[in-house]
Amino acid sequence: MALLSVRDLRVEFATSGGVVTAVDGASFDVGAGETVALLGESGSGKSVTAQAVMGIVPKPAGRIPSGSISYDSKDLLAPGVAKGLRGREIAMVFQDPLSSLNPVFRVGAQIGEMFRRHRGASRREARAAALDLMKRVGIPAASKRLDDYPHQFSGGMRQRVMIAMALALSPRLLIADEPTTALDVTVQAQIMDLLTRLQAEEGMSLVLITHDLGVVAGVADRVILMYAGRVVETGPLREVYEHSGHPYTSGLMASIPALEGPRDRLVPIQGSPPDLLDLPSGCSFRPRCQYADEQCAEVEPVLRQLPDRASTHQAACHHPEGVLTDVH
Amino acid sequence: MGAYVVRRLFFSLFVLWGAVTIIFVVLRLVPGDPAYIMLGPDADQAQVAALRAQLGLDQSLIQQYATYLANVVHLDFGESFRLNADSMSLVLQRVPATIQLATTALLLSLLIGLPLGVIAALRAHSWVDRAISVFSLMGQSTPSFWLGIVLILVFARGLKVLPSAGSGSWAHLVLPTITLALPFLAILVRLTRSGLLEVVHEGYVHTARAKGLGEGIVVLVHAMRNALIPIVTVVGLQFGALLGGTVIVETVFAWPGVGRLLIDSIGRRDYGVVQASILLVATIFVLINLLVDLLYGFLDPRVRLAGD
Ligand SMILES: Nc1ncnc2c1ncn2[C@@H]1O[C@H](COP(=O)(O)OP(=O)(O)OP(=O)(O)O)[C@@H](O)[C@H]1O
Ligand code: SF4
Ligand SMILES: [Mg+2]
Repeated sequence: MALLSVRDLRVEFATSGGVVTAVDGASFDVGAGETVALLGESGSGKSVTAQAVMGIVPKPAGRIPSGSISYDSKDLLAPGVAKGLRGREIAMVFQDPLSSLNPVFRVGAQIGEMFRRHRGASRREARAAALDLMKRVGIPAASKRLDDYPHQFSGGMRQRVMIAMALALSPRLLIADEPTTALDVTVQAQIMDLLTRLQAEEGMSLVLITHDLGVVAGVADRVILMYAGRVVETGPLREVYEHSGHPYTSGLMASIPALEGPRDRLVPIQGSPPDLLDLPSGCSFRPRCQYADEQCAEVEPVLRQLPDRASTHQAACHHPEGVLTDVH
Repeated sequence: MGAYVVRRLFFSLFVLWGAVTIIFVVLRLVPGDPAYIMLGPDADQAQVAALRAQLGLDQSLIQQYATYLANVVHLDFGESFRLNADSMSLVLQRVPATIQLATTALLLSLLIGLPLGVIAALRAHSWVDRAISVFSLMGQSTPSFWLGIVLILVFARGLKVLPSAGSGSWAHLVLPTITLALPFLAILVRLTRSGLLEVVHEGYVHTARAKGLGEGIVVLVHAMRNALIPIVTVVGLQFGALLGGTVIVETVFAWPGVGRLLIDSIGRRDYGVVQASILLVATIFVLINLLVDLLYGFLDPRVRLAGD
């Protein structure tokens, strides 16, 4: 039984250009203690998926017309449920730690707020707890920095503060939305090490949203690839890497020489990312796909098990055989 | 920080000097000789000349200005031509009434303007927001003298529930306070709305939600605390307009404050009182701005530390 289970999730935004379907029937699971990477080009709906799980899809523009999200057998889309779990059970770390921390409050207070508001801790207790957390995430001279403001920290240290805040109440699921993208390359590895270390210590599940395949390679058990709001492929990391069953995935993977090799970013596949307001019929990847045929234009492919592969490895493509044989 | 305060104080003195100088020049540019006005139309040339000499008006403008500045430094604005008393003392007697009126108007504006602005922002583009927008637009564009007269007609003459003019009780304060507060309140509503709308999509507001905080805390603590930074700045600047508004409101409601004294004194070319009033009002304005600056530093730690 998965800790988090997302089924046929749809998230729409009302924009001036019309209704944008940012997430279009996405389904995936995250097991307890598992690390799952959510990959995809910019605009593929990764962040919106995370927002839906957290119950923080921006209102009133955004709405969830259909689908289900269950966490530990609780319906996260039922009124008030996500609100009760946010911060306590499910926590989130954002991409840009500078804009994600409140500029007018001291970092100690921002971390301590978790204990004060959720646990009714006193000011002193919250401060002591914040200090412990700051030490734990490796902020040097933590007791001196407790009363500093976010702008007095470096990018990496700010992200440590964010992580401390997210971990305050020992959540069972941490969603990290591109936690290293805004950071210097040298710092990126440190933050990833910190995240994986803490994940092991806490035994929590980690959903790692990223562009950076190098980041994923070291840590993820499983990957979920998103395209135009849909999950197009999912499976164990090595399996997907070595036997990608979707042309989009193989396009992304083609850029990395080896799993353990030098870090590489997702190079854009030829063609431009889809216009969510004007998606092609059938498979939305069709305009960029070399295997596209009539069936692809008529029938929208659904996730299914790939021929000769494990049942956990699935792709949403009408012609996975072509992809599988072509690349490898 | 120390250097900053010194610089600020120096600038404040400069502003005050500017205010007293401008009023000196303006008073001497407007037509009408105080000696004539004081003595009335029947006075002869000799009487006028004598009074002019007594008032120092026969000296050159430069000489008058030098004497004036020297006296200003000692807060000596001479005798009131009209009331035969020390000008500054006359003005100071009126200060409490004006402060009382300005303070109640400020409080009323904050008490109503901030919540209305927050509601408008949270319900942006809804009919509630539109209704509040219309209200604040009307508030900003309604002339105080007109509103004052309408309020008097309705509540004093018509319903007879409130006194139309004068002072002495809390009831007397109601209509002048509303009249003075309305334009300020209206600006506050708009500022609060736009200030809050500007920050509600900031990352730290998302973070606050992701932390599982209640929507009240998210908006009123995490968002509002940031939105207040620009609001406070503009409120400080707009406070000058509020002080200016007291002149009209005090006249309409016969409120015995500095504003009404100023109007009466201008009419009679009572230079001393006019100059003393202006200096006093300018001083209050400068002090408020200093206060706002300090508050700004308190509200925005980034500014506070940059000033170090
Ligand atoms: N608040 C919003 N209002 C309108 N449209 C939105 C909103 N948030 C996201 N979208 C749209 O939803 C789509 C998916 O956005 P999302 O942020 O999930 O992408 P992403 O995969 O996280 O991309 P990136 O890698 O750039 O972060 C985008 O096309 C975006 O324009
Ligand atoms: S379904 Fe067709 S168009 Fe879509 S990825 Fe597969 S082969 Fe390409
Ligand atoms: Mg994103």
